[in-house]
Amino acid sequence: MDLALSAEDKAFRQEVRAFIRENLPADIADTARRMFHTHPEDMLRWTKILHQKGWSAPSWPKKYGGTGWSAVQRYIFDEEYCMADGPLPLMAGHGVTMVGPVIYTFGSDEQKARYLPRILTGDDYWCQGFSEPGSGSDLASLKTRAVVDGDEYIINGQKIWTSLAHNANMIFCLARTDTTVKPQQGISFLVFPVDTPGITIRPIISIDRGHSLNETFFENVRVPRSSLVGEEGKGWTYAKFLLGHERFTIAEIARSKRRLQRLRQIARETPVGQGTLLDDPSFQEKATAIEIDLVMLEQMGLRIAWEMDQGIDNMLSASILKLRGSQIIQAVTELSIEAMGYSGLAYESLQDGSMFSPSAPDIAQGKMEEFLFLRAATIYGGSTETQQNILAKMIYAGA
Amino acid sequence: MDYRFSEEQSMLKDSLQGWLGRNYQFDQWRRLIARKPPHSEENWKSFASMGWLGITIPEAHGGLGFGAIDQMIIGEAFGSHLVTEPYLSSIVFGSNLILEAGTEVQKAEWLPRIAEGTARLAFAFAEKQSRFSLNTVATHAQKTSNGYTISGEKILVLDAPSADKLIVLARTGGDTTDKTGLSLFLVDPKNPGVSIRAYSTVDDRQAADIIFDNVVAEALIGSEGDALLAVEAVTDRAIAYLCAEGVGAMQALIEATLAYVKVRKQFGQAIGDFQIIQHRIVDLRVQLECSRAMTLYAAVSATADANERARAASAAKVQVGRSARIVGRNAIQLHGGIGMTNELSIGHYFKRLLMVETMLGDIDFHQKRFASLPSELA
Ligand SMILES: Cc1cc2nc3c(=O)[nH]c(=O)nc-3n(C[C@H](O)[C@H](O)[C@H](O)COP(=O)(O)OP(=O)(O)OC[C@H]3O[C@@H](n4cnc5c(N)ncnc54)[C@H](O)[C@@H]3O)c2cc1C
Repeated sequence: MDLALSAEDKAFRQEVRAFIRENLPADIADTARRMFHTHPEDMLRWTKILHQKGWSAPSWPKKYGGTGWSAVQRYIFDEEYCMADGPLPLMAGHGVTMVGPVIYTFGSDEQKARYLPRILTGDDYWCQGFSEPGSGSDLASLKTRAVVDGDEYIINGQKIWTSLAHNANMIFCLARTDTTVKPQQGISFLVFPVDTPGITIRPIISIDRGHSLNETFFENVRVPRSSLVGEEGKGWTYAKFLLGHERFTIAEIARSKRRLQRLRQIARETPVGQGTLLDDPSFQEKATAIEIDLVMLEQMGLRIAWEMDQGIDNMLSASILKLRGSQIIQAVTELSIEAMGYSGLAYESLQDGSMFSPSAPDIAQGKMEEFLFLRAATIYGGSTETQQNILAKMIYAGA
Repeated sequence: MDYRFSEEQSMLKDSLQGWLGRNYQFDQWRRLIARKPPHSEENWKSFASMGWLGITIPEAHGGLGFGAIDQMIIGEAFGSHLVTEPYLSSIVFGSNLILEAGTEVQKAEWLPRIAEGTARLAFAFAEKQSRFSLNTVATHAQKTSNGYTISGEKILVLDAPSADKLIVLARTGGDTTDKTGLSLFLVDPKNPGVSIRAYSTVDDRQAADIIFDNVVAEALIGSEGDALLAVEAVTDRAIAYLCAEGVGAMQALIEATLAYVKVRKQFGQAIGDFQIIQHRIVDLRVQLECSRAMTLYAAVSATADANERARAASAAKVQVGRSARIVGRNAIQLHGGIGMTNELSIGHYFKRLLMVETMLGDIDFHQKRFASLPSELA
């Protein structure tokens, strides 16, 4: 057994670090530090820079314009990227992380040629239309209907929590094409433009006062049958494939490491009497407990990354990683707010959409917004309780 | 020992519930917070006419002359409806500080006006480096031939933007962390040298960071140099009030969450039928009852000796802080996505609980304060 990174991996880290240092625009890193939801124009500018280098889709195979990196390399990239305050990749839409892999794995050649390049360049911005008002954890009960009419599907129904749909020009969604079979078997995976007639998008303001969530209504939306990805009735399988993919990134290992680093910086810049909060033993103890959790998460993550490279699909660990990762995200954001004390409670909306606290140090700006929004980390991507149910099934079955 | 409320206290409870039920439904609250300041003049007048503003003000000064238990009853009711009027600032701090520290002339001048709702106060005590310590005060007051001038910076002065007068904690002697040499001043916020940087707080109320640059004080409240005793006594009482708000908010959250899990269906059944959810609801209720017991203890101890009073207040603040975290988080969690929206009350209670947890000292601060007090179990 050898847990050390190879010489190539170490060289790779240096290459990534240098590239990000030289190419990540300072204003974009600054916005990403202060705001959870960065501006789509910034994301496009940044995606173009990454694309030129051939790095806009770290997780994709070379064949489709990705980097072809190993999972370990991807992890290294992610770490360098987060330490430099690169914006959340998801802010460029759900193209690279979600729909792309479904299209290159299950889509037709025509779909690959049509959609993948525009994801790589950032020209298409995708949103995810899975959840519905009555179907969250129980996604398979979804009711949105797609009925064949000649060369078209007619879609009716409602989606909710459609993140960033207001920035998107493309949507991928799950719709029921067959009501006569078991719920899971009657679902299909469809992709189409957001400006198709009959689609209405309404904003939902979240507890951080921001707008990233939406309701999406479909009223007699007609899309060509070529919008279907893969086979009719197989949408559930594709969705599970996609959500499995997501579980690794959603644990945000590297980003939480950066959060902890920033937390200590906040403590260093928070005066308490004659000293700073960083000198306080009870603060140190709490920060250390989180750091140990992060060491654990990283060790688990690296192992899963390595297994992915070996073609081993470890569903148990992926689920545990999401479960613990989201709890650690919440622990570190919570301690950041605690560290800010009174200054964290000031919450003023600025022109650019960021939130501001006048008496807090620069390094702490944006922390309350992040804390509030990330209450959702244990809800989206399969809630904590859902992960526990999945794990219970696996463990009872002998996993 | 007697755990029953008096007849008057039961009536107070009923009148609060009645009034809030009519005037403080969630949609009415939403309209209030859209205003600036985010509260209403009419509500304040109603509070005055119901006697709530003068609850602890002696009858001789136009109040009801009740005590900390009554204030707790008000806190719980206000917490359960997210009342945004500046009650903590103007009444719990304002009237009690003047009552505790002011001269007879000052009491006669200010208490009737506070009780009738025509004078609103805000209390400027916290500073950047003070964190939660009441005696870490760098703002200083210089004695002049005809009074005092104040210089320094205060942060998070709740309700300052809508206050008629500020009560400012400033140093008239000693070093930044000394327990003596502190005095209270009445300051007109319109005086030259006062710069108010107003902002919204995370729970959609208003506060301000304030710079005092050689500001002439309107009056020294009481005598010079010994304000800490009064400030600590009133703050412990305010902690009992704030804890009561937390209890009210938690109760409202638990009720809303219980109602939701009973009707929200996934996998063909109410999510509240899953045993894991039932146990979670139980966990939250347990937290509520723990907090309730401690809040009552803090309120009852408001008139006890300083040591007992401080122990009770700090212990209650720790318990309520812990409970607030558990109840707030889980209320959102059990609602799923809908709990993340500003359209429901859930997130607003969550944010109010965050204020309750932090204001007047967080869990960590009060744990340390409690540890520093003499204990029978030592
Ligand atoms: C910020 C945010 C962004 C999102 N972005 C998107 C997006 O872009 N696209 C999209 O399609 N969806 C998105 N979602 C939706 C997300 O996937 C759902 O919120 C999630 O699946 C939970 O569903 P729900 O909100 O309906 O909650 P519910 O399923 O109603 O769950 C409510 C509570 O009950 C618990 N529960 C449910 N079933 C069980 C059970 N069997 N046993 C025990 N407990 C249970 C849950 O864990 C939760 O605590 C987003 C959500 C959030 C909060």
